[in-house]
Amino acid sequence: MISRVHSNHYSCVNFFLTLSLVRTLFSIYIINNEVYKLLISFRMTSPDVVRQMQDKNARPLSLSGHVGFDSLPDQLVNKSTSQGFCFNILCIGETGIGKSTLMDTLFNTNFENFESSHFEPKVKLRAQTYDLQESNVRLKLTIVNTVGFGDQMNKQESYQHVVDYIDTQFESYLQEELKIKRSLHNYHDSRIHACLYFIAPSGHSLKSLDLVTMKKLDSKVNIIPVIAKADTISKSELHKFKIKIMSELVSNGVQIYQFPIDDETVSKINTAMNGHLPFAVVGSTEEVKIGNKMVKARQYPWGVVQVENENHCDFVKLREMLICVNMEDLREQTHTRHYELYRRCKLEEMGFKDTDAESKPVSLQQTYEAKRQEFLGELQKREEEMRQMFVQRVKEKEMELKEAERELQAKFEQLKRLHHDETSKLDEKRRMLEDEINTFNKKKAATELLQAQAFNTNANIKKDKDRKNSGFM
Amino acid sequence: MEENDTDPTEQVPCTNDSGPEDHTQDHATLNYVGIEAVLDQMRRKAMKTGFEFNIMVVGQSGLGKSTLMNTLFKSKVSRKSCTPNYEEKIQKTVHLQSVSHVIEEKGVKMKLTVIDTPGFGDQIDNDNCWEPIVKYINEQYEKFLREELSINRKRRIPDTRVHCCVYFLPPTGHCLRPIDIEFLKRLGEIVSIVPVIAKADTLTIEERQEFRKKIQHDLQANEIRVYPQREYDEDAEDRILNDKIREKIPFAVVGTDREHQVNGNKVLGRKTKWGIIEVENVAHCEFTNFRDLLIRSHLQDLKDVTHNIHYETYRVRRLNDSNVNGLGLSSLSITTGENVL
Repeated sequence: MISRVHSNHYSCVNFFLTLSLVRTLFSIYIINNEVYKLLISFRMTSPDVVRQMQDKNARPLSLSGHVGFDSLPDQLVNKSTSQGFCFNILCIGETGIGKSTLMDTLFNTNFENFESSHFEPKVKLRAQTYDLQESNVRLKLTIVNTVGFGDQMNKQESYQHVVDYIDTQFESYLQEELKIKRSLHNYHDSRIHACLYFIAPSGHSLKSLDLVTMKKLDSKVNIIPVIAKADTISKSELHKFKIKIMSELVSNGVQIYQFPIDDETVSKINTAMNGHLPFAVVGSTEEVKIGNKMVKARQYPWGVVQVENENHCDFVKLREMLICVNMEDLREQTHTRHYELYRRCKLEEMGFKDTDAESKPVSLQQTYEAKRQEFLGELQKREEEMRQMFVQRVKEKEMELKEAERELQAKFEQLKRLHHDETSKLDEKRRMLEDEINTFNKKKAATELLQAQAFNTNANIKKDKDRKNSGFM
Repeated sequence: MEENDTDPTEQVPCTNDSGPEDHTQDHATLNYVGIEAVLDQMRRKAMKTGFEFNIMVVGQSGLGKSTLMNTLFKSKVSRKSCTPNYEEKIQKTVHLQSVSHVIEEKGVKMKLTVIDTPGFGDQIDNDNCWEPIVKYINEQYEKFLREELSINRKRRIPDTRVHCCVYFLPPTGHCLRPIDIEFLKRLGEIVSIVPVIAKADTLTIEERQEFRKKIQHDLQANEIRVYPQREYDEDAEDRILNDKIREKIPFAVVGTDREHQVNGNKVLGRKTKWGIIEVENVAHCEFTNFRDLLIRSHLQDLKDVTHNIHYETYRVRRLNDSNVNGLGLSSLSITTGENVL
């Protein structure tokens, strides 16, 4: 029995041995494969593997199965879709050149813009925000229109308002970004992503106002020039007009937005479109029946200009470039180029630098703190100065008041003396008067006495006389 | 403000001679604007720039961290497989090492960085063993913050922040140990943690359930927040989805990079004398759920949570700390001297 068990055991062991042998061979094969792959990747990447490891450089690795992160772009897109997109367009052009109509046509909505008058004293900007939705994509669209551009007699300040508006949007974004408690992912981005500059269809060349405005804006925003009301120009004139415009822009150093050509999927179409700039557009919200369907068009007695017909105008190209192909790139350029430039300039203007005098890296906070200390110091100094001045003034005032008091006192004394003099004079006079009265009274009394005496004497004499007389008898 | 609901299913033929191939059928609609093409643009841009993902694995040695990473990404991404003369040594202190790889699948390029923490929990005295890890995570945030605040910034700031931290729990079957609780509590505040039960093939299904319940109870009792955090659910849909995930946390995983034959198919599995544990079989272990959560459905969400929530929290704290000296970056009108902060 034991031997049988033994033999069984032996066969089992044999079986397991072969199995494990197979397994090891198999695993060796796999390991070899992996090692081979590894070696290949080592060879392909760089000769010095150790240095690479120390550099912590990423080495390319091949996967032996499906991991699943190819759904990453989808995850990203889903997240963005739920958040919604934001796009801001600025339309610059003279009054009545067709900005609002073009926007209506472009986005297939009636944006309810009323006509503006030609008598605006200054250029104003009017921004309106709309929520659009197409299938499952939500777009928060802001259209900014210039009101009264090119209407004034003196157009020197026209561009300034536009530049200020763009700067204000950058500024508010910068403020939000530098806040301590911020919510950037919820922030309604109001920076201008694209600027459509409407060129009047004169057929000759750009106006000087156009050149000046575009030159001021080219470093702040993506400019896409369009020729408005293109149905007034014939094809040959249009061709010459476009060439003239582009050459003028180039010779004046205006950098308009170039559609990106580095991505293979869109480079072909973008290069083609770059050659068609500026786009000659016609806008219309009215529909005309052509054949058996309704198209957006303008009806003239001599024919119908179809907006979406590529032979008639470049509207489709504009829509394609602005929305379908390059919207994301426009937003990216605004954020990474124009906004960064603004930010850098603004912060450098305020005195922040990346490296200080000894070219050691200095962080924003250090500079800020240094500035703040400086500011506080200055404030304190000014406070001290003010305090000194205050004390001085108080002293002066005090002296003045004392002086005045003394004067008053002197005056008072003088007046008192005067009064005293007067009083004594009056007293004197009174005494004199009284003396006189007394004298007069005395005299009067004396006179009366004398009179009385005289009367008495007279009476006596009369009496005597009477007696005498009577005595005679 | 008004809404425009355009229905692109209206097919109206239109005379349009030119136009790129993929858009001709769209041009057929009368009211077409083209806003939804922005999704394609976004996708193209994302594929061109590629993605970055940084994952950190934390756990005691011998729990199968490297193997799990290799299984997850189906290639030798762990540090062990990269260094030619690797020897398994117990480190005296916790120090972190990161290895980066560029992997590509169907045109999508991803730069994956795996950060390993050898030495965690291996010493006799494990006090403050989480400190090097916390320091590392904060250093990455600091680097990003500094780059973001500099005047001349790069177009794309290199993102080395830890997007996800996988914490390996040993399959004791009892409850969370003090070191686990301490670590999870501290790191749950600064990074998204996904706890997993390692080497789950030592537990039966019932034991796993018990263990999971106890762990969930412990997590709640200690107010530890693991990914997906309840507070960051955006809407009801998200909440339902995430609740389902939260019921299954922590995932019981098994890792391997060996393949065996089962019923004629080659599967990843561990072969033992009593059977083959298939890693990708949902009945055997929860590796598939873990992988799906991490890679196929929530990878972008992990990055977003790190960027929008954890990084912002760090930034607020950091800028407020310097505010103790009276510093705040919000008032830029310091030059005019008007607003005294």
